[in-house]
Amino acid sequence: MITADHLTRRYGDVTAVGNVTFEARPGLVTGFLGPNGAGKSTTMRMLCGLTPVTSGTAHVLGVPFRELSNPGRRVGVLLDAAAQHSGRTGREALTLSAMLMGVGRRRVTEVLELVGLTAKEADRRVKGYSLGMRQRLGIANALLGEPEVLILDEPANGLDPAGIRWMRDLLRDFARSGGTVLLSSHLLHEVERVADEIVVIGNGRIVAQGSTEVLLSHSQRSLEDLFLDLTADVSRDGTDPAAAATDSAREDAR
Amino acid sequence: MTAIPFARLTLVEWRKQLDTSAGLWLLISIALVTAAVLAVMAFIGEGATSFEALYFGTSTPMALLLPIVGILAATSEWSQRTGLITFTLEPRRTRVGLAKLVSALGSGIVFFGVAVFLAATFHLAVVTFTDATAAWEIPAGALWGGLLLTAVYMAQGVAFGALIQNTAGAIVAFFALPTAFTLIGSLVGAVRDAMPWIDLTTATEPLLLDAGAMTGEQWAHVATASAIWLLLPLALGLVRIARSEIKSS
Repeated sequence: MITADHLTRRYGDVTAVGNVTFEARPGLVTGFLGPNGAGKSTTMRMLCGLTPVTSGTAHVLGVPFRELSNPGRRVGVLLDAAAQHSGRTGREALTLSAMLMGVGRRRVTEVLELVGLTAKEADRRVKGYSLGMRQRLGIANALLGEPEVLILDEPANGLDPAGIRWMRDLLRDFARSGGTVLLSSHLLHEVERVADEIVVIGNGRIVAQGSTEVLLSHSQRSLEDLFLDLTADVSRDGTDPAAAATDSAREDAR
Repeated sequence: MTAIPFARLTLVEWRKQLDTSAGLWLLISIALVTAAVLAVMAFIGEGATSFEALYFGTSTPMALLLPIVGILAATSEWSQRTGLITFTLEPRRTRVGLAKLVSALGSGIVFFGVAVFLAATFHLAVVTFTDATAAWEIPAGALWGGLLLTAVYMAQGVAFGALIQNTAGAIVAFFALPTAFTLIGSLVGAVRDAMPWIDLTTATEPLLLDAGAMTGEQWAHVATASAIWLLLPLALGLVRIARSEIKSS
């Protein structure tokens, strides 16, 4: 269970995230959707205690993230697949996390197999990894502690079509066995196909939320149209979120 | 679920100093540079080949290079952005900072042992291969004084890394600030008299000669200079780690 209650983060005069309230419940995949710069990553960092909250509260499994003891065993987090030491091997990066969490080394081999990184790939330094491989490594790191909750920021980025399908199945199975999944994406079709609930954020504010089914039936159109409508009128620091969203949609269509 | 034991945290931080190509090569380079200095002293230099002289010879490369290990231990979380993972696995960030400090001190102690071993090896080589006579005498205070000095420099490295959070910036500040300070001290008469109290290099000089023979005032110098150059940046660095926003870019 993840709860954001009137979550707000301001940088000087700029409100990056304003008054965001939502829940991600066990057994469901909750999609966190919005154009680039809408506040998805900032919100997720606040949920994980990395970005100080200006006001409001963020709870994971009923407590602020920073009050979880050994959080890696309860919450799997992937915030940025590129955020790995380039001089470390993939296996070593996972070994460090496994040592810290207190899970056995055998679990490292297990998650490597699970995400489809071969032994040879795992023993290469991360600087030689493609984005897709880094993404798999990041997901392996999130799954390492056999958590109840997954918080994933753009996990499908850089994955090939087979990888995206694999990810979709993985998240569905995780939720079906009672886990809570919060995943952010700007890939609309991807979210549409995997998420049970959707939270749409634009310009730091929630512009729509509800079950995927209801959101889609109300609009009578594709989620893409809805998404573009909802985020089109918001524009921040010169960038046009609608253009960004169109770019993403194009990317998605490829 | 119980909290992560501090010993485990420290062990992981120690492993992080050694498991990257950069970290490993830094340590190998320090050993090689130290050995090179000793080789020059032992076989090319003029006569300073007693164990004590060689032991002193290790202190310069150690003091110059070893703190970089401490700096990197702190700054890599930001320069390599691993902080996103480290601080989600252990959100009590001050504990992570302290684990970095303790593990860096551990590296310092091990490397001090390496330096003593190298000095002994080269002295043995000098005695064996030249007509120099064996001279193993060294005040015990020079040894534990040197160990203390190594610990001070390592801790200072971690402190500057934690405070500045940027590798290049921290290295520059670590070397430039005290040097500039020493320079000002040597030029300005009013500051010169106070130097042993406020300049770490001046204050810690007697440690290496023979810490056992130091006066109470000299220890007071070490205490005040360490408070300024080590404890203050360390405290500010730990606060900065605990309070700052951990971002990916």
